[in-house]
Amino acid sequence: MTAGAAATADERLLRQGRARRLLGRPELGAVVGAAAVFVFFSVVAETFLQASSLSTVMYASSTIGIMAVPVALLMIGGEFDLSTGVMVTSSALVSSMFSYQMTANVWVGVGVSLLVTLAIGFFNGFMLTRTKLPSFIITLGTFLMLTGLNLGFTKLVSGTVSTKTIGDMEGFPSARAVFASHVTVGGVDLQVTILWWLGLVAVATWILLRTRVGNWIFAVGGNADAARAVGVPVNRTKIGLYMAVAFCAWISGQHLLMSYDVVQSGEGVGNEFLYIIAAVIGGCLMTGGYGSAIGSAVGAFIFGMTSKGIVYAQWNPDWFKFFLGAMLLLATLLNAWVRKRAEANS
Amino acid sequence: MTDATTDVTTDAAVPLVELDGVSKHYGNVRALEGVSLEVHPGEITCVLGDNGAGKSTLIKIVAGLHQHDAGTFRIEGDEVRLGSPRDALNRGIATVYQDLAVVSLMPVWRNFFLGSEPTKGAGPFKRLDVRTMRETTHAALLRMGIDLRDVDQPIGTLSGGERQCVAIARAVHFGAKVLVLDEPTAALGVKQSGVVLKYVAAARDAGLGVVLITHNPHHAYLVGDRFVLLKRGAMAGSHAKADIALEELTRQMAGGSELEELSHELRRAPAPADAPGD
Repeated sequence: MTAGAAATADERLLRQGRARRLLGRPELGAVVGAAAVFVFFSVVAETFLQASSLSTVMYASSTIGIMAVPVALLMIGGEFDLSTGVMVTSSALVSSMFSYQMTANVWVGVGVSLLVTLAIGFFNGFMLTRTKLPSFIITLGTFLMLTGLNLGFTKLVSGTVSTKTIGDMEGFPSARAVFASHVTVGGVDLQVTILWWLGLVAVATWILLRTRVGNWIFAVGGNADAARAVGVPVNRTKIGLYMAVAFCAWISGQHLLMSYDVVQSGEGVGNEFLYIIAAVIGGCLMTGGYGSAIGSAVGAFIFGMTSKGIVYAQWNPDWFKFFLGAMLLLATLLNAWVRKRAEANS
Repeated sequence: MTDATTDVTTDAAVPLVELDGVSKHYGNVRALEGVSLEVHPGEITCVLGDNGAGKSTLIKIVAGLHQHDAGTFRIEGDEVRLGSPRDALNRGIATVYQDLAVVSLMPVWRNFFLGSEPTKGAGPFKRLDVRTMRETTHAALLRMGIDLRDVDQPIGTLSGGERQCVAIARAVHFGAKVLVLDEPTAALGVKQSGVVLKYVAAARDAGLGVVLITHNPHHAYLVGDRFVLLKRGAMAGSHAKADIALEELTRQMAGGSELEELSHELRRAPAPADAPGD
């Protein structure tokens, strides 16, 4: 690229700045994809547009969405976390087993679980910044270790692969109210996780776009060396992101526990990919430095619509995973295509 | 610049930055050995050297990325060992790297304030002062002669010269006393190099001490007051501008006799059979 060509290109950019800014939003492709999936299931499934169906879709979206928010932030910060799926289960197991074994108030277990889960997140971030190994390797290690710990520890303590019920213990009703209750809004039954999800999206968007930490997250993912050179605490930012992932894993874990009052120790494996897929569909670049929390919410919504839409369309559920994969691939391709068009326009 | 060549023993002439016999080893590799230089306010000290001469190591020590193993490093007379780039910044040393200066995907205004973002509000409502950030960025760039209508564009869409200028404007805006520039003209065309050198001179006129790292003696001679030559990690010469002509600087920089040998070899080489590929 010669100096002259760059200067000319620059002039053109300045004139089309506004149109480009609108089209260049990271979540645009996902919004178009979500609209397409929505229209598709509205046509093929009669019951899809009923309020109760949409409430179910929103619930399915929220269970993925709560984790997709911090995973998106982490990806903007340039890192992966493969341990998220089983971390949710670990968090639920710790909470449940601590309360049961110590015969303590459920809230004590919930608090201990928060500390343990945050410690796991800190471990991921600390190992990453200390060893400089790729996050893929570090968190793959954590994923395997947690998978083993979940099963081994649960069997050691409970004698079976699931925890003992804590449904009759002190503090359970109030914990359930916070993590797994329903609210009725305008005759529609909504799970409380939807509120957690939307709240997290709002907070994450605020942090990303309007705080110093948000500026740092974009910078460490976009160019960590440049960020370090101007004094951004790169390591602290990354460790913080892993702890944010852990915090949301704690919320998801408590929801998992309070919904049923027992936890299966083998759950959660594979969910880490759903969170990453939601973030990528939502416009996060795999290479970091670009993306949005709102995009991750749209990505999670696409997942929710697809997983429940197949049920409402009364298709053979054996094919569920195939349709899910195809939908996600199509949405991602559409997203990439829209973004390419947006960039070509500028 | 009359006192540039005088001996610095008086209090008034305490250098902003002074390296004395500084060395740095990476394992058994001698990256830098016994290098001395001074940076005074309102002056440009050029560090010249070929690839592998130790320029990068020198810049990393001054910028706080690495620590020196031997010798003394003084900032305004105080002996220091910088632990991090933040340390260097707090002591007024701002470094602009050739390729590390900016985060390409981020808007110009976010880049401008990266690491030193102004905030307003308190507690959980503490937030970026976006309006101030945008307006200040636009104004600071305008003062350097860059008129950006849209400070929201990703900085990667600016030309290489403009990006260097944004980085220099940023250092000047944040009150740096010493500006360290790593090869600011290396990847630029003639015209853009001129633009960047103009801003380097503007920073000097604003009273900053400038360290200009380059392998281009022509650029160095245009703006420099002092020249430190590095060769294979060691000092190969240190001159004030009055003591050396461009031809001599170029000759020393290119390695003197080595250059003559090279020109001898090239003269005898047969003409190439065909033009180099497209």
